[in-house]
Formats: sequence, C-alpha cells, structure tokens
Amino acid sequence: MEKFSTLKSRAIPLNVANVDTDQIIPARFLKATDKKGFGDNVFRDWRYDKDQNLKPDFPLNNPKYSGSILVAADNFGCGSSREHAAWALVGYGFKVIVSSFFADIFKGNALNNGLLPIQVSETFLKELFNVIDKDSNTSLTVNLETQCLSVDEINLSTIFDIDPYKKTCLINGYDDIDYLVSQKEKIEAFEHLNKH
Amino acid sequence: MKQTLFDKVWDAHVVEAVENGPQILYIDKHLIHEVTSPQAFNELEQRRIPIFRPLQIVATADHNTPTTNQHLPVKDALSRKQLEQLSKNCLENNITLYKLGHKYNGIVHVMAPELGITQPGMTMVCGDSHTSTHGAFGAIAFGIGTSQVAQVFASQCLLLKKPKSLRVTVNGSLKKGVLAKDVILYIISKLGTNSGTGYFCEYAGDVFENMSMEGRMTVCNMSIEMGARGGMIAPDQTTFNYIKGREFAPKGTEFEKKIEYWKTLPTDEGAKFDKEYTFEAEDIAPMITYGTNPGMGIKISDAIPLEDNPSFEKSLQYMDFNAGESLLNKPINFVFIGSCTNSRIEDFRVAASFIKGKQKAKNVTAWLVPGSRQVEAQIKAEGLQSVFENAGFELRQPGCSACLAMNDDKIPQGEYCVSTSNRNFEGRQGPGARTILASPLVAAATAVEGKIIDVTQHTL
Ligand code: SF4
Repeated sequence: MEKFSTLKSRAIPLNVANVDTDQIIPARFLKATDKKGFGDNVFRDWRYDKDQNLKPDFPLNNPKYSGSILVAADNFGCGSSREHAAWALVGYGFKVIVSSFFADIFKGNALNNGLLPIQVSETFLKELFNVIDKDSNTSLTVNLETQCLSVDEINLSTIFDIDPYKKTCLINGYDDIDYLVSQKEKIEAFEHLNKH
Repeated sequence: MKQTLFDKVWDAHVVEAVENGPQILYIDKHLIHEVTSPQAFNELEQRRIPIFRPLQIVATADHNTPTTNQHLPVKDALSRKQLEQLSKNCLENNITLYKLGHKYNGIVHVMAPELGITQPGMTMVCGDSHTSTHGAFGAIAFGIGTSQVAQVFASQCLLLKKPKSLRVTVNGSLKKGVLAKDVILYIISKLGTNSGTGYFCEYAGDVFENMSMEGRMTVCNMSIEMGARGGMIAPDQTTFNYIKGREFAPKGTEFEKKIEYWKTLPTDEGAKFDKEYTFEAEDIAPMITYGTNPGMGIKISDAIPLEDNPSFEKSLQYMDFNAGESLLNKPINFVFIGSCTNSRIEDFRVAASFIKGKQKAKNVTAWLVPGSRQVEAQIKAEGLQSVFENAGFELRQPGCSACLAMNDDKIPQGEYCVSTSNRNFEGRQGPGARTILASPLVAAATAVEGKIIDVTQHTL
C-alpha cells in the first residue's frame, strides 16, 4: 500500500446523497480477477449515456473540475461490500473522499487501499460545496498527521477523526495482514483453548 | 454483567485487543465465491503467505453463473475465467468448493444454512454484504471487503472495532398477507438506510419468535440495507429443529451438548443496547418500494410521499414516478422471484399457493430462480414446478441471477421489475432497469395480474 501523509489538490464535487457501490462500479464490471482497470468504469452509468457518449453535465466529465479529492454528499458508499468500488476510485486517481457520512464496509475497504475517507459535519460539507461551486479552482489541503482538512485561501478548516491504528497503517503504508500474521502464536493459542 | 446475544458471541471470539485500536476477532467459518475472492488469493500468493485454515472455508459459485444450461460450458469468457479461477484456487489450497452443477451449489447465503454449516454462536464472514443473513441463527455474520478476505485467508482473524448494539422489537401478530419481507421493508422505511451504520442489530419480539427460519433469514439478510453490519435473532427451538439432521450439523450427543450451549446465548433480561426501536405488528402491511434505495418503501395501498430534496427527486425521475402518486394498477412487465433474500422453499410455496389455478399475465416475463440446487430439487419434489409451468412461469436454475444482473438475466432499460431481491439501486438489475422491491406474494400477484395490485384485497 502507498504511504499517505499530506495532499494538496483541487476537488471534484458530487452532490448526490446515498451513492451506492453499484453506482461507483456496476456489477457487470466485476468479472475481472485482478485489481486493475476498474478506474475506467468508475461511475460508468452516470458518466456515459446509453450510446456510450460522455454526459457533459456529470462532474467527472466537466472540464471545470479536476483533482484527486472527491467531495461527496451524505451516506457515501452504501450497498454492496465490493472492494472493486475502492479500486475503481483509486484507479481513477482519487486519494481522498470527503463526505458527511460513510457506509461501514466501504470505509474499511477505502482505508485498506490507501484511499482516505474524511468525515466532516454537514455544515462544513455544505460550505465546501459552496466554495467549490463559486470557484472550481479552489484547492484543499489534507494533513493526515494533524488530521486537518483545510481550504487555505479562505481560512476554512476542520479536524477529522481517524482510528489511530488505521492512521499509523496509512502513514507507514502497512496493512492488517502484516499485523495479523505476526500474531499467529496468539491465534493458535486461542484455537487450542477453544478447541477449534 | 448483563449481556446481549451479540456481546456473548463477540466476546467469545476475541483473541486480543490492540492497545488504542481494534480487536482481533477469530472467525469460525469463511464463505467465499467467485467475484470477491480472486484478488485475495492473488494477494496471498504474491506475498507467499499460505492459507491458514483451509478447512474452515467453504466456496460456492453463484454471482456470475448462468441460470440456464448449467451443464454446458459457461458462454461468457470473463465469467468462465472467473469460475475457473475459483476452481483452481480451491483445488490448490484444499478448500471445499460446491461448483456449478454440484448438488450443494447455490447462493452462498442459501446453501450454507441449508447444509447446517451456519450454527448459533459462530462468527462467519464472506466477501458479500448480505452475509448478515446467517445472523438468523444467532451467529455473528457480516460482509467484508476483499482485503479482509485476504486477512482471513492469512490468519482466520480480522482486526475490528466492536460495533455498537441496536435492538428492533416488533410485538403483536402479523396481518394476513404480511410476510417477513414486508416486516423488514417496513422497518427500513421507518428507520432509513443509514440508521444502523456502526451497529449490529438484534431483532426481538413476538413477530420474530413466531417466524420460520426462512423468514428470519429474509429479515437478517436486509439488515445491511439500513446500514447495520449484521442482524441477529436469538436461537430457539425453531433454530434447533431447522439445524437438526442437516449435512454438516453436529450429530447425536454432540448436537445435544451444542444445544445446551446455544440456549445460553439469548440476550440477558435487562441487558443494555445503545439504541432501541419498537414497532407494532398490526401497523405493518404488504410493502413495495418506489425509489432507488431500500428505505424508499410504502404500504402497497399508500401513495408516494411528497418530499422536497434533490436526491428524492433524482430518484423519482429515474423511476419515472411522481410524488403523491399511487402505484396500484401500474403495469409491470417483469417479475423476479429469487435472490438470497427470498429464494428458499417457503418463498416458492407462498408464490405457488397464490399462482395455483391461475395464469401469468401475457405482458409479464417472470423468472423464478431458486437459491440452491437443493431448493430446486424440493420445488420439483413438492410438485410446485408443475404449478408454475401450468401458469406459464419459467423455473430457472439456481444463482444470484437478476438480483445483480452480472449474468445474462438483465431487466431491459426503462422496464419495471417487481423483484423479491434486496436492492433497488439504479441499474442494479441491468442498465436503466427500474426495480420495485416486494415480497414473493406481491411478486406472484403482480405476475398474474400484469400490474401492481393490493394483495390484501384478494382471497389469500
Ligand atoms: S443474491 Fe444478490 S444480494 Fe444475494 S449474494 Fe447474490 S448478488 Fe448478493
């Protein structure tokens, strides 16, 4: 996994609530047996019409917007547990998703792929959408060490929560497998005690 | 201290707590399928980590399989490759696989309970969010992502924070025509799609106590649709009777010993939950959804509510419905009875009892897709197949099918489908398809009438 420390980037707004993983990556694209190539199909049915032409009004297709931060509305990533959704977002180039609420499994999947989900208050999110709406060139700064998300030009900032263990993992590029494998003896002792 | 069912099972599986961090939770059973496992196998292979406990893993092929001509090679090259990959991975790693055509093959959440693999007090995971289904037995069961599939492969454990606890109680008795599916659609319509996020939900009260195991599975299955990682129902005599004698269930004195343990699992009187909701059975009616998330549900005879927000409007626009409109008499051309929510024998019995002696409407294409080979065999053994065929329905072979439309079972662009599955997301049943979630009874009635009707007005 790639290490994460700080990021300064413009943002793409996606002001739709309850974005489910079927929208992030529709099921018909889940036939691959590796993690590559999902980025091409991220938000497939929102980005393309049925004749496979780009829909100009969808934010990802709007040349006004760019960057590796996706600012999304409430309850992002609900639905299926498919990690393909995280692979698709990472594949497209996103490193951070900001929302006022993330679905459980998606949040875990994102963190396991070095994609940082930042949960902010609804008021902050609203302001963020306003700022980007007014000036699409606005850039955001994410500092994982200080757990701070800020819009420097206008002095808007917030502190976000992250599980301390997950923070260490992201900063160092470790993952859970390394840790769990190192605990094998304890796991075996547990099995023995519980006669598994 | 007074403990909940969830606490008891969770605490019995904690290997260790990481300081200032998550706990190491031991996983008893790991279910896998073709879509979310290949990348996890690759990961372990690349890192040269062996599968730690292959005998605690069971595999099936279900998501990406055809529902006709299963004896022939799978036509779609990518699907075929994914299935071959699963076979190869299972063979190389000594993992039991019930592949396409095997007598135990089926949707992962249908086949595991029916084989007695799912048991009270267990921890179970699968790379599929509807793993919550198995909670019907009083197990802690939840969906995981592929990175976590790899973690369980490597260590039979997961690093997790203990979720908070939520209890939904429904007392009273259900009215005629109201099925388990209506109960859970009703609960989600009241609580919303993210009310359960961060929680594990226990369902309690008369309604669940009096429910069959099939009904309990339908309820727990959809826990994830209100955001909860899982749902649970306390094990009782209904649970024990269901498990008894199944292929992988404990036998003889071992079974008796297990029952003694399982009886200690129900939530202690007075145990505290972080959140509680209570509903009355009498308030629940047959339900349908009108929007693009499972929380957008109404009683079948009610009108679509009036709401003023962009997401609501976007949703109605996709469905081509109007706020304030009733869905009764809406012509429907597609009906799907299947998916891990409603593809068990009881679901087909309910459908057959409505369909018997009637004819499917001419405009309707109706797919009946059993959840497993065993359900399929039982449908035939009970004579339901001829009921369906005489009425013009098509009984297909088991699999996830039009629930997620990864195979050819897709609903065409713009068409409505009354479906017994669990998600009505945009394009879930095929690009542009419009899904209306309902019980198997409502689905059967829609297929016969060719439109949505109020089933409570019919002799049931
Ligand atoms: S039937 Fe649908 S919800 Fe159930 S496991 Fe298959 S795809 Fe998932």
